[in-house]
Amino acid sequence: MDPECAQLLPALCAVLVDPRQPVADDTCLEKLLDWFKTVTEGESSVVLLQEHPCLVELLSHVLKVQDLSSGVLSFSLRLAGTFAAQENCFQYLQVRSTPSSPCRETPACLWPRRPVSSWCTSWLCPCEVEPRGSPACRGVTGPRVPRRSWITLKSPCAPRPPPSSPVFSSSDGSLWETVARALSCLGPTHMGPLALGILKLEHCPQALRTQAFQVLLQPLACVLKATVQAPGPPGLLDGTADDATTVDTLLASKSSCAGLLCRTLAHLEELQPLPQRPSPWPQASLLGATVTVLRLCDGSAAPASSVGGHLCGTLAGCVRVQRAALDFLGTLSQGTGPQELVTQALAVLLECLESPGSSPTVLKKAFQATLRWLLSSPKTPGCSDLGPLIPQFLRELFPVLQKRLCHPCWEVRDSALEFLTQLSRHWGGQADFRCALLASEVPQLALQLLQDPESYVRASAVTAMGQLSSQGLHAPTSPEHAEARQSLFLELLHILSVDSEGFPRRAVMQVFTEWLRDGHADAAQDTEQFVATVLQAASRDLDWEVRAQGLELALVFLGQTLGPPRTHCPYAVALPEVAPAQPLTEALRALCHVGLFDFAFCALFDCDRPVAQKSCDLLLFLRDKIASYSSLREARGSPNTASAEATLPRWRAGEQAQPPGDQEPEAVLAMLRSLDLEGLRSTLAESSDHVEKSPQSLLQDMLATGGFLQGDEADCY
Amino acid sequence: MKLYCLSGHPTLPCNVLKFKSTTIMLDCGLDMTSTLNFLPLPLVQSPRLSNLPGWSLKDGNAFLDKTELIDLSTVDVILISNYHCMMALPYITEHTGFTGTVYATEPTVQIGRLLMEELVNFIERVPKAQSASLWKNKDIQRLLPSPLKDAVEVSTWRRCYTMQEVNSALSKIQLVGYSQKIELFGAVQVTPLSSGYALGSSNWIIQSHYEKVSYVSGSSLLTTHPQPMDQASLKNSDVLVLTGLTQIPTANPDGMVGEFCSNLALTVRNGGNVLVPCYPSGVIYDLLECLYQYIDSAGLSSVPLYFISPVANSSLEFSQIFAEWLCHNKQSKVYLPEPPFPHAELIQTNKLKHYPSIHGDFSNDFRQPCVVFTGHPSLRFGDVVHFMELWGKSSLNTVIFTEPDFSYLEALAPYQPLAMKCIYCPIDTRLNFIQVSKLLKEVQPLHVVCPEQYTQPPPAQSHRMDLMIDCQPPAMSYRRAEVLALPFKRRYEKIEIMPELADSLVPMEIKPGISLATVSAVLHTKDNKHLLQPPPRPAQPTSGKKRKRVSDDVPDCKVLKPLLSGSIPVEQFVQTLEKEAETLIQIEEDSTHIICDNDEMLRVRLRDLVLKFLQKF
Repeated sequence: MDPECAQLLPALCAVLVDPRQPVADDTCLEKLLDWFKTVTEGESSVVLLQEHPCLVELLSHVLKVQDLSSGVLSFSLRLAGTFAAQENCFQYLQVRSTPSSPCRETPACLWPRRPVSSWCTSWLCPCEVEPRGSPACRGVTGPRVPRRSWITLKSPCAPRPPPSSPVFSSSDGSLWETVARALSCLGPTHMGPLALGILKLEHCPQALRTQAFQVLLQPLACVLKATVQAPGPPGLLDGTADDATTVDTLLASKSSCAGLLCRTLAHLEELQPLPQRPSPWPQASLLGATVTVLRLCDGSAAPASSVGGHLCGTLAGCVRVQRAALDFLGTLSQGTGPQELVTQALAVLLECLESPGSSPTVLKKAFQATLRWLLSSPKTPGCSDLGPLIPQFLRELFPVLQKRLCHPCWEVRDSALEFLTQLSRHWGGQADFRCALLASEVPQLALQLLQDPESYVRASAVTAMGQLSSQGLHAPTSPEHAEARQSLFLELLHILSVDSEGFPRRAVMQVFTEWLRDGHADAAQDTEQFVATVLQAASRDLDWEVRAQGLELALVFLGQTLGPPRTHCPYAVALPEVAPAQPLTEALRALCHVGLFDFAFCALFDCDRPVAQKSCDLLLFLRDKIASYSSLREARGSPNTASAEATLPRWRAGEQAQPPGDQEPEAVLAMLRSLDLEGLRSTLAESSDHVEKSPQSLLQDMLATGGFLQGDEADCY
Repeated sequence: MKLYCLSGHPTLPCNVLKFKSTTIMLDCGLDMTSTLNFLPLPLVQSPRLSNLPGWSLKDGNAFLDKTELIDLSTVDVILISNYHCMMALPYITEHTGFTGTVYATEPTVQIGRLLMEELVNFIERVPKAQSASLWKNKDIQRLLPSPLKDAVEVSTWRRCYTMQEVNSALSKIQLVGYSQKIELFGAVQVTPLSSGYALGSSNWIIQSHYEKVSYVSGSSLLTTHPQPMDQASLKNSDVLVLTGLTQIPTANPDGMVGEFCSNLALTVRNGGNVLVPCYPSGVIYDLLECLYQYIDSAGLSSVPLYFISPVANSSLEFSQIFAEWLCHNKQSKVYLPEPPFPHAELIQTNKLKHYPSIHGDFSNDFRQPCVVFTGHPSLRFGDVVHFMELWGKSSLNTVIFTEPDFSYLEALAPYQPLAMKCIYCPIDTRLNFIQVSKLLKEVQPLHVVCPEQYTQPPPAQSHRMDLMIDCQPPAMSYRRAEVLALPFKRRYEKIEIMPELADSLVPMEIKPGISLATVSAVLHTKDNKHLLQPPPRPAQPTSGKKRKRVSDDVPDCKVLKPLLSGSIPVEQFVQTLEKEAETLIQIEEDSTHIICDNDEMLRVRLRDLVLKFLQKF
């Protein structure tokens, strides 16, 4: 902690525990907490507490103060959790703090192996209940209960006199028992977040984990039960008794049903990729349930009970649930499952993509989920081709994609293009994919979309066409398409020069950079000409991102001319320096010829900081690279820098040398050495708001709200 | 109050409401699905169709008519809610002895006329050489192949009406404007309200002083071209008759428009033609507006759009002149001044061309690939038949069905085998069940009456409990040829009082704000209006002949005001009794003595009365 902050800290702590002092809004407290988190990551929490006794005081004080704002109380509890995350600090707090402090109240034997904070925060944050509202809580909580507090966990249990430390003070039984009781007491709306929090812990009793997982699965089990005709696959329904409150929530209203399902799906989605997720993971049942939810949403599911019938009516056309289910379905693609499940998932996705009723947002999610399923689909071992399922699927998918590329709604065209780009990026080399794509009209339609009236769509079309072209997929190979195959570069260059919107132009620059990097035919044919043309177009652009991308392209070209940038990782195997493809003078002449120096030096004085920063990095790289060739310095005595110095004012003014590339390489090099690039880099590294963002400023702001820093209060008048 | 249900088709309703001595027909839609039983009428000789074996081209166009549930000559008025729901009008006004008035808005009449004109034109321009009706005989019909042998009541099918009948029928229409109040025989008042579905489409309120019936037919809450729906005026109805909901409750019109555009673009890009069977008015305006924005963005500006109908020109022009009937957005364009619909610009830039038929100019201008809008959606008559024959053999072409009135598979049946692609994009902007349930919650009618189809999920999706009307109390359902007694009794009637009679009344205030008075008057009833007039002056009494008793007390009695309410003025009452009946009544704290000297009967009567009152306490 820097001394300025350390100096302000006691005053701040005093403000926080003083109920009369107005505390800045919750976001300030959140920022403060974030700052403490970074501080504790950097240094020992115990040392921090020892050096700043005001913190311990704050923690022990907050629970005693009446009428303290809920925000401050919540903040203090979470701060305690952050400190207590280190075991020695936990013990330090136990000894030092007053009897009412949170850590004091926790029996030492309950010290979980995992940091307290990780689970405190995990079930604190999502557990936003309003305890004042529910009658069950009133007896327990008293008037000054924070909105998010541990107390909410035990609120539905038997009323007790207001405890000083809500969760840890339970006299009967352990912490885990309290949590287990909370889990069984809370309603379906609040159980989910708690269950998720429990399951995210790696070390907690198996019985509790099992209970939590059942709670989490409850809503999907209900859905599955309401729709399966025959007993479904084992796993999800096993041991999940019909929970009346869950069913009630599902049936109560459209919003409560959708809300519960969306939350459940999101929790499961969060849990799925974690290593500590429950095992065995009921992949098949979850997939079945998700597919069922999607079928309920599109109205095609057949209900097996009155609950099912009701769900049918409630969920039909419910876009919110559809989106959540598609997200989760996409996540489920990461699990291994039998072939038939893949078929099922792909079928429901295809229906969703096909259905005229699917809204643009649903279609976007459906495309994303389809992509994940396709890319994770099992491949035939030892065969480079896609599995047996995929070719058939692609044959059905491409007509749908064609239709979506013609959709009047631009969002749909946009997501379809993004999907196409991603799919061809991964599968561009697969024969089955190439075959299906070239047999369809998708490439022509994508090409057509370069002229779309919507700039986002044009940008996506540029990216898609760039990707297709990289893999030779942008037009059929038949002779009548020869012209189309050749003219793409010119078409993209045209967009770069004349498009009125920034997005398509940025996309073109990205495509060109990719092309240069991958040795695309259009770029490789005459690389210097290609780079010169592109840089010239980019240098005139008003959009800083286009110019920054131009520098990216320049960097790629530099790497290709002078050898790749050195890796900075100290453990990387040091590769022998690759001999440059051509002598240095030649290389530098090429750089001058394409106008790279012009471009880079102009960018160095760019009014947009990121561009200048990037240019600075590029020139530093160039300087270091050249320094490794000592020969050049030996060869020449004092180079004539006059021409370059003459150009300097023009660069500052943002003008290009006319014609470009008329500098002498030696002059440029001298210029390069004479500039204080390091100094420039550190100046540029500081953002314009770096003062405002500092923790010191945050502390000052908070104190100012409390009126502490106003030394002369009388002089206002 | 009774409702006679003459049509079982929920979107082509025809109901008769008997309400307060008036007989009101609500809509007269024409169910044309029976035409699907016939072969198409080709515009040019079709060897394929004429060479079909068996019952070819013998009988033409007959339509289902009403059952004789009610004598249609007794119908006083017909209320039309939109142009699709008036297509049976000539059958009712011309051949049933109907002498009443038809009420409809101006756009309804004008566009309805166009639809009828088109229909008559389609039928009359291909006259049939022969006609057959023997097959309608039940014994023969039984032998016909399905589905013809299963068709019900073929004997009631009628030939298409003539233009003369159309004109005569339309001459009986009186034009009305939204919210205009129309008195019917003084008994009820009817008012059309904007329903948001089509140009000039209306819902109707039929009300007396104390009862209100709302008739909701073909309404839409979507923002398309017509004026938005007036929901507020439907509040406080005793009965709400609900018809004309969307025929495709699972299809979202926006999604379908998207589907329409995508398929159109894909076909045209490949050099194929697109055929859109449609009515000459309605959704076509929205489709053209959508294409106006879409074709440029899809790079299809050079593809010609053709609109072929005998009434194409009038339809496109009429749409531009009914500004006051359009949505706000379009109305405000008129003041710029700009045409409210962008199809004017499409016509100006030659992107959209319209022709009365395929003959004449069209054949000179015809360029492919193209998009053709033409009728009739049943594919049984009109220019569409020609295009089906022309384009059906190529898989490059596409027919896109947007009108939901006909099953597209049945419509296509006589053209099979078909190589062209068929896309079904039904666009029905009428209310869906979610919107209905919101509407009913909003306007809270006491009773809802609707076709039976709306009270259960569609047969193909029996599990979709959301696809039915859900309200409390449950909706009363009707089916064709049913008579429904509507579930409420009339309780009050408004009666007016002549000023001089009102002047003579002496009201007595019985509690603050409420006064009563007795009236003796003559009730005069004429044209369903009731009027209280002063009673005729009594004839001068002939001198004392009938008088029982000559008494001086009579004037005293007259002083007494008739007792309307409140407690009895006891002393006065006792005194009067003493004078009138020679009765002595002594009232004390805990007893009452009644003494009648001569009249034992009177005494007993008075005693019983007192006892009776005692029991009440």
